[in-house]
Amino acid sequence: MHELMNVNGNLLKVKDLRTYFKTEDGTVKAVDGISFEVERGETLGIVGESGSGKSVANLSLMRLIPDPPGKIVSGSIIFDGHDILKLSSGEVRRIRGKRIAMIFQDPMTSLNPFMRVSKQMMEVTRLHLGHSREEARAHAIKMLEHVGIPDASERVDSYPHEFSGGMRQRVMIAMALSCQPELLIADEPTTALDVTIQAQILELIKTLKAETGASVILITHDLGVVAGITDHILVMYAGKVFEQAPTNELFEQPGNPYTRGLLRSVPDPTSEQGSLYQIPGLPPDLAHLPAGCPFAPRCERAEDVCRRDFPPFVQLTPEHYSLCHFANEVFAESKQEHV
Amino acid sequence: MSERKTDPLISIRDLKVHFPLAGGSLFSRSRGMVKAVDGVTLDIYPGETLGLVGESGCGKTTLGRAVLRLTEPTSGQILFRGQDLATLSRTAMRERRRQLQIIFQDPYASLNPRMTVSQIIGEPLETFKLARGEARRQRVRDLMEMVGLSARFLKRYPHEFSGGQRQRIGIARALAVDPDFIVADEPISALDVSIQSQIMNLLDRLRREKNLTYLFISHDLRAIRHVSDRVAVMYLGRIVELAPARSVYTNPLMPYTKALISAVPVPDPKVEASRRRIVLEGDVPSPINPPAGCRFHTRCPYAIEACRNVEPQLVQIKPDHFAACIRISPEQPDIERVAPGAAPGLLDQFEPGLA
Repeated sequence: MHELMNVNGNLLKVKDLRTYFKTEDGTVKAVDGISFEVERGETLGIVGESGSGKSVANLSLMRLIPDPPGKIVSGSIIFDGHDILKLSSGEVRRIRGKRIAMIFQDPMTSLNPFMRVSKQMMEVTRLHLGHSREEARAHAIKMLEHVGIPDASERVDSYPHEFSGGMRQRVMIAMALSCQPELLIADEPTTALDVTIQAQILELIKTLKAETGASVILITHDLGVVAGITDHILVMYAGKVFEQAPTNELFEQPGNPYTRGLLRSVPDPTSEQGSLYQIPGLPPDLAHLPAGCPFAPRCERAEDVCRRDFPPFVQLTPEHYSLCHFANEVFAESKQEHV
Repeated sequence: MSERKTDPLISIRDLKVHFPLAGGSLFSRSRGMVKAVDGVTLDIYPGETLGLVGESGCGKTTLGRAVLRLTEPTSGQILFRGQDLATLSRTAMRERRRQLQIIFQDPYASLNPRMTVSQIIGEPLETFKLARGEARRQRVRDLMEMVGLSARFLKRYPHEFSGGQRQRIGIARALAVDPDFIVADEPISALDVSIQSQIMNLLDRLRREKNLTYLFISHDLRAIRHVSDRVAVMYLGRIVELAPARSVYTNPLMPYTKALISAVPVPDPKVEASRRRIVLEGDVPSPINPPAGCRFHTRCPYAIEACRNVEPQLVQIKPDHFAACIRISPEQPDIERVAPGAAPGLLDQFEPGLA
């Protein structure tokens, strides 16, 4: 383990991160000034629809933005006291995969289809932990057992395609966790999976997190998935953080019209059917954002000021922020409705 | 089925769709069969939305396609207004397709990229010789308005639209011929959350306005609950539970449905913290050699020896509520309360014609 690490407080502190892409259509501000912190042992959910910037934010954390066309134009990403944006690429590589690990929606993006799982897993620990061949193999089997792969000592020599979708996801999680990372970033880890398998994987992430004390960033479009597993949530829209709050508070009393719209447009299986609330219009074109609030064209309570001025990031409670001209009013309405 | 005033619009009887496995040579028989749909009996009533839910590989898409004979059934009947579609000639079937339409999952793949919106929506009008010239142009404009697309887009190509808009084009194309019945195969799965609710509401409005009947196929249990009047749950080629949507969600009877419903993430942290989740072990077995007896017994926490041997039939357990499980019966519908090892439903299995 890392002897110099500070045991309490923030593991990750992101400040004013901006990642822009140059396209034929003009500059796309995929991530435009987001800030957040992740404490040790905490799970943060980042929620957004396609084009919200949630995945670009996550790739930026690992400095995996293809340049060109992308570029991190400003901000800082302080991981355990070091600014990832200021490290050399060699230093970043030593952190990536070892202290920060990632899992993706499609396990095949991180598994090599031509290489046995054993070889891929051993490569990681031999590189980062200095394992011998034997140690690395034993460790790989132990990790596979840990994530619930039956007959791990035999299956370790299989190729990725020989596993089912859910099992492949487990293999990827085993690989991501094999160096005991302090931060696990999971980008839509269950989106491609069936609901019963999704439940298995979410349980697994919860258990492993409790055992290792790792922090987790869970990126998803599904508010249902983050409800049961996260401590804090960021809601992103058009490259901005629209709302940020402790999980219970966000669901109980949202302070942003977009979050409210999202919550109301998810059918609730426990309630009676009726017409479903719908957010009108389409997600914005990031290359041609409207003046004022980017959500204004779709917002049911937008007024002139929303179409004219960019909204303020309003603090509602010590840990609850909302990007909205009417944040306090929306927050108050949510409270009334809940009573 | 319980007493109903109307006759079903579609009656599916013991439908099977088996695919030969690739690998057999010219002279030898193929190596085996994928039993994608393996004995499905279902009635769909006029004006209702029947939700068909199941996990990937359960056969729900194949069933939907087989009902329209986009995939040829191996055996069984598909009665549409009393006429068996399965025995119609190809030409006669093509004519029937005017009444039977489909909306596909992937709005990116199901529209011809070289045709304008006007051509895409107008094509079925030409195929069935329903309108031409100015009448056709007017009909296309009406259809676009009906699904919430501006007629300004008439001359545009599919790539110029977002996913949700493309799905609207697909819906307009299906509606062009004034069908009675639409198979909606995962129509919202590829869309963003805020767009999903738009499309669900659109489909529901159109159903009421045009008196349509839907078979709505999805793996998304929340969406199915919202749009459906009745829900059929499919597992490995068979229907394992069938009931009004409300009953399936508030009171699932068959253990697989119970697990499925308990696994749906609910967007409410308090509910999530307190609910009991049944996490199933393992994956769905292969449909090539489905388990003998009840196909779910390999993952079922309540399975007993008899479940390995007896293939359960869909039996009415409560009014309008059917389930395929030998461990429950109308007298004891709650599997939690059944005595250990008991199979009260076993006797019911021998009464024919109930499913």
